[in-house]
Amino acid sequence: MNIWMLISIALKALLRNKLRSALTALGMIIGVGAVVAMSAIGAGAKAQVEKTFEAMGSNMLIVRSGSSSKGGMRGGAGSQPTITWEDVAAIQEIDEVVASAPLLQTSVQVSAFGQNWSTSLQGTTPDFATVRNWPCTAGRWFDDNDNATKAKVAVIGKSVVTNLFGEDATEEDILGQTLRAGQIPFEIIGIAKSRGQSGPGFDQDDVVLIPVNTYRAKISGGLAQYMQGTLYVSASSRETTAAAESAISELLRTRHRIGHNDEDDFMVRNMSDMMAAQEESANTITALLAGIALVSMVVGGIGIMNIMLVSVTERTREIGLRMAIGAKPRHILLQFLIESIVLAMVGGFLGVATGIGVATYMGSSQGWAISISPDTILYAVGSSALVGTLFGLWPAYRASHLDPIQALRFE
Amino acid sequence: MALIEIRDLYKIYDSGAIQVNALGGVSLDIQQGEFVVITGPSGSGKSTLMNILGCLDRPTKGQYRLNGQEVARMNPNQLADLRINTIGFVFQNFNLLSRTSAAENVELPLLYAGVPKRERAERVKTALSRVGLAERMDHHPNQLSGGQQQRVAIARALVTRPPLILADEPTGNLDSRTTDEVMDLFDELVADGITIVLVTHEPEIADRAKRVVIVRDGHIKDDRLNKKPAGPSRYIEGV
Repeated sequence: MNIWMLISIALKALLRNKLRSALTALGMIIGVGAVVAMSAIGAGAKAQVEKTFEAMGSNMLIVRSGSSSKGGMRGGAGSQPTITWEDVAAIQEIDEVVASAPLLQTSVQVSAFGQNWSTSLQGTTPDFATVRNWPCTAGRWFDDNDNATKAKVAVIGKSVVTNLFGEDATEEDILGQTLRAGQIPFEIIGIAKSRGQSGPGFDQDDVVLIPVNTYRAKISGGLAQYMQGTLYVSASSRETTAAAESAISELLRTRHRIGHNDEDDFMVRNMSDMMAAQEESANTITALLAGIALVSMVVGGIGIMNIMLVSVTERTREIGLRMAIGAKPRHILLQFLIESIVLAMVGGFLGVATGIGVATYMGSSQGWAISISPDTILYAVGSSALVGTLFGLWPAYRASHLDPIQALRFE
Repeated sequence: MALIEIRDLYKIYDSGAIQVNALGGVSLDIQQGEFVVITGPSGSGKSTLMNILGCLDRPTKGQYRLNGQEVARMNPNQLADLRINTIGFVFQNFNLLSRTSAAENVELPLLYAGVPKRERAERVKTALSRVGLAERMDHHPNQLSGGQQQRVAIARALVTRPPLILADEPTGNLDSRTTDEVMDLFDELVADGITIVLVTHEPEIADRAKRVVIVRDGHIKDDRLNKKPAGPSRYIEGV
């Protein structure tokens, strides 16, 4: 008596009652399907976060004006500009800093070709393309010369292109055209590469970028000595990011003459910290979904156990007969165990297919990122085998310990 | 050496307050090639005796040697091995697996015996031919008459080539015509040298065996030889 014969005996027994087998497997199909779909959605969300930060550059730091505290009134972050353009220049001199770019922004109505659109107008330096790892797909970024001469040139994002020029516009149609921001005409010299969304509803491509000096001269007035925006800093490598971060803090504290016990009047944010925070929240969601999925797998397992127990009772005479004609208790045990493992695994495989189907459908209909890894599939199939074994043990044990005489008499 | 040697066998059911002696000191020898009918009223202990003979149950005390092996002290695994090699069972309600072809039903004991596939197919065919059902190999039990189902069950008992067939009320669910079919088949098997022990409460069946053992209240009341076993004609006249 080898294991293959037992497997064939178990398979024949399952096929003898196809409807019951199918209904039993259904519980597992739903359970495993839920696991696969949930983890595909969770992993997709996580991958999306990683991609977003990857696009920003993982060695990037963000420096902002901090909260001001005057007479007990504490303003929010950036409530009062504290970082001057001289600070910006000084940060650029730090060893670990390879590039830095300020970003000033305001909301503006732009128009071209008789269409108009409300978008974000951002002033920055040519380094911004390097710091944010953001090339042009057509045309060029503005250069230092454009910045120095306060040239009225603009690089526009994909969403602005679509909204002003339509889907079908070619590069030749767009480059060299005039775009008005408020009343000021800009020449379009480049189209920035599409970056997609960062977080829900925040379209990174809905942007018009112009040289920062042009911005300061034409758009913003007022406190000219302060940088009223965000400074993006690129450290020389991922490893030097922390050193750059503390060097910037040290520099700004010195320049702002902040005492030892006083709070910073600026903020330095590390991208990897932010990434970790975002990943953490994605992980929490994944864990939550996995928890729900696990519960449904346990429910599927209980379904299998339930049917197997019913099946043992219903097939008591069959078990008695098998024992009478020479089956040993362990043969009966293994047969029923194999039956429940096969049910669980068939359910598992169909569940993987269902889960992939559901995840793909959700991805395309809801616009969610989906990521199905082979690990997930192995894990799902493996755990369904485990569920089949665990929940099949008790019914199989009961079957193998039946008294053949009683079993044969069972009506 | 007798195929079955039973000495002073007891089976006592102890249900707390009362002790029931289902068998109270039974001794019995059955030789190879005998056709023995065990009969008696219900509650006489004949089923208990049958279960012990079939190695499905163990005696409380006493000796039971089957084919030279001492059975009384064997564990369930050893009993299973002994059953598979020595005994073919035939039951009143056939106990065929439903939705399973005659051939697959007959094949079942060979699976547990670990017989290789090709040999299984041959032996299944031989056994089904022996009971005259070679053309119905692929029929399921619900496509067969009661008599045919019992013959499939007999083929299943024969397929392991056991020296002993134990039949527990094998004709209890059959009409008189198919009863004759089955009893004729048993006669043929005895002629081939197979030992048959048949339990029944029907006197007409008992009359057909060479040897009749009557059990009553856990004891053997009578153990006699039929000089002229009744043939099948008796039934045909009686119908």
